[in-house]
Amino acid sequence: MNNKYTRYVAAPYLIWSVGFIIIPLCLVLYYAFTNADGAFTIDNVADIISYVNIKALLLSIAFSLASTLLCLLIAYPLAVVLSSVISTNSSILSLLFILPMWMNSLLRTYAWQNILERKGVINGFLTALNLPPLYIINKPPAILLGMVYDFLPFMILPVYNSVSRIDKDLINAARDLGAGYRDIFFRVIWPLSLPGVISGITMVFVPSLTTFVISDILGGGKILLIGNVIEQLFTQDSDWNAGAGLSAVLMIFIVISMVITSKYDKEDIR
Amino acid sequence: MKRFVSLLCVLSCMTSLYGCALNNDAGNSDNVVYIYNWGEYIDPEVLTIFTEETGIEVVYDEFETNEIMFPKIKAGAVKYDLVCPSDYMIKKMIDNDLLQEIDFNNVPNYVNIGDDYWKLAEDYDPGNRFSMPYVFGTIGILYNKNMVKEKVDSWDILWDPKYKDEILMQDSVRDAFMVAEMKLGYSINTTDEDELQESKELLQKQKELVQAYVVDQVRDKMIGNEAALGVIYSGEAIFTQRENPDLEYVIPKEGTNFWMDSWVIPKNAKHKENAEKFLNFLARADIACMNFDYITYSTPNMAARELVEDEDIKNSPIAFPDLSKYHLEIYVSLGEKADRHLSDLWREVKSY
Repeated sequence: MNNKYTRYVAAPYLIWSVGFIIIPLCLVLYYAFTNADGAFTIDNVADIISYVNIKALLLSIAFSLASTLLCLLIAYPLAVVLSSVISTNSSILSLLFILPMWMNSLLRTYAWQNILERKGVINGFLTALNLPPLYIINKPPAILLGMVYDFLPFMILPVYNSVSRIDKDLINAARDLGAGYRDIFFRVIWPLSLPGVISGITMVFVPSLTTFVISDILGGGKILLIGNVIEQLFTQDSDWNAGAGLSAVLMIFIVISMVITSKYDKEDIR
Repeated sequence: MKRFVSLLCVLSCMTSLYGCALNNDAGNSDNVVYIYNWGEYIDPEVLTIFTEETGIEVVYDEFETNEIMFPKIKAGAVKYDLVCPSDYMIKKMIDNDLLQEIDFNNVPNYVNIGDDYWKLAEDYDPGNRFSMPYVFGTIGILYNKNMVKEKVDSWDILWDPKYKDEILMQDSVRDAFMVAEMKLGYSINTTDEDELQESKELLQKQKELVQAYVVDQVRDKMIGNEAALGVIYSGEAIFTQRENPDLEYVIPKEGTNFWMDSWVIPKNAKHKENAEKFLNFLARADIACMNFDYITYSTPNMAARELVEDEDIKNSPIAFPDLSKYHLEIYVSLGEKADRHLSDLWREVKSY
C-alpha cells in the first residue's frame, strides 16, 4: 500500500475532524474570551464563580461520579460473565445489551419518564398489586437512573472487549501455579482489563458531566446541572459568550479527568 | 466500517446543503411568498388552498421563539415576506426599523378582525400601521376537577401546601415571573429590583410544592392526570379539554398576561404584494375558521367566529373571554440587560 493511497483514504477523516471538531472548538474558545462586541474579556469564564454556577457544577460532578461508579459496578461482572460464555451465545448476549443504543437516547429518556411517572407503568403495576406507589420522578434518583441506563453500554463495551481478549492460557497458568479465584481475579484479570475500565470510565463520566436532557426530562427542571445552565444561556438568553465561557470551564474538568485516567492507564500497563 | 460511516455523514451533509440550495431556487420564479411562523401555528391545508387559488407558491419556515427569529430577520440572510412575532417583539422590530407598513387597501378582509383587537394592538403598534392580529390568548390555571374540589380563581392556589407535588409551573422566565408578580400585585413588566427580588423569593418558596417545571408538557401531563394544577396558555387549554373533559381553565382574578401574535412584513421583503394577498386570504372568514379549528388558539377574526359550528367553543370563555372582565397586561420588551437579569434570577429559583 503506497502512501498516496492511504492519504486519500484518510482525507474524509481529516475533513471531518477539522470541520466538526477543531473549528467548533476554536469557536467555543473564541466566544468564551470575547464579549458581545468581540472585545477580549475573561468575564464569561469568571462567571463560573457564582453561587448558582458553582452549585450546578458540583452537582454535575457528584452525579457523574455516582453514575460512573454504578455503571462500573454493573458492567464489570456482566463483562466477565459474558466473556466466559461460549462465543456464539456471548455475541447474542452482548447484542442484547447494545440493542437499546439503536434507539435515539432522547426517546429512551422520554420512555423512562413514562415508566416512572406518578401514573406511569411501574406505578400501574404497583397499585394493581396493592403496593405503595414509587415516586422518584423529578427527584435525583430518577436522574441517576437515566444516566446509568443511557451510558451503561459505553462501559460494557470496552470492559467486555478487554476482558474477552485476556488469554485463557494466562488464567490456566495461574491456576496451575496454585492461584485461587481471588488471586486470579485481582492479580490477572483485573490488571489486564484496566485499559478497558479506564476508557469505560471516561466514556461514561464525560457525557454524564455535560448532560442537560436527562436532568431536564427526568428531573422535571427542578435540578439545575451545569449542562442546563449552559443550554439556557444559549437558547433562552441567546448569550453565546457566557455559554461558551462556562463550556470552556467544563472542558477543563473533562481534560483533567482524561489526564488522571490516562496516567493510571500508563502506570498499569508498565 | 468507520470510514464508510464518516463518508456517509459527509455525503448526507452535502446532500442537505444541496437541498437548501434547491429550496432557495424557488425565489427565481417570482410568484412566491416566504413565510416565517411559529411551529404548528397554521393548518397546512390553508397553504395548499392558497397555492391552488392564487398560483402563488408558499415557502414556509418555522421558528421556536421570538428570540431565535429576531436575529435572523435582523441579519437579513433569508428575506421573508411575512413573519408572525409576538406583541413585545413587534415593538422591538418597529424600534429597530425592520418593518414596512402594510397597505391595508390590498387587504380588504382586515375588517373581519374585531375592533377590540386592533385597539389592543395599538399597545405595541401605535396606529396599527405595521401589523395584523392573527392569534391571541391568555395564560391561566388549568385544573383537574376531580383533584381540586375548591373554587379556583386565584394564583394563590399554586402556593397551597395541600397541592404539594401536584403543581406544574411554566419553565419560561417571563411566564413564571408573571405569575409571582401578578400575585403580588406588581406590573409584569417591572424592573424594580425590590419587586423582582420579592417575586424571586416567592417562586423559591413555591419550588418545594412544584412537581415539575415544563413548557409543552403541561398539556400531556394534565391530560394524563399526572398533576392537579398547571399554568398553561389558553390555546392549549381547549385542546386538553377535548382530550380530558375533567379539565377546567380559569383566568385568575389578580389578572394575567394577554398576548397577541400578529403578521408583519419585514423591510427587506421581496414579495410584498404576495404577502398582502396571503394576509387577505388568511383573514377570509372561512379560511380563518378552518385554521382556528386546527390550531385551537383564539382568533381575533369576528367573521370566522360566527362560522364556528360547535356552540360550546363558539361561546367558550376560554377561547373568547370577555376581555373587559379581567386585569390584563401585555409584555413589554425589557431590554437586553433587564432580560438577562431576569434570567439570572430565574436560574436562582431553579437551583434553589
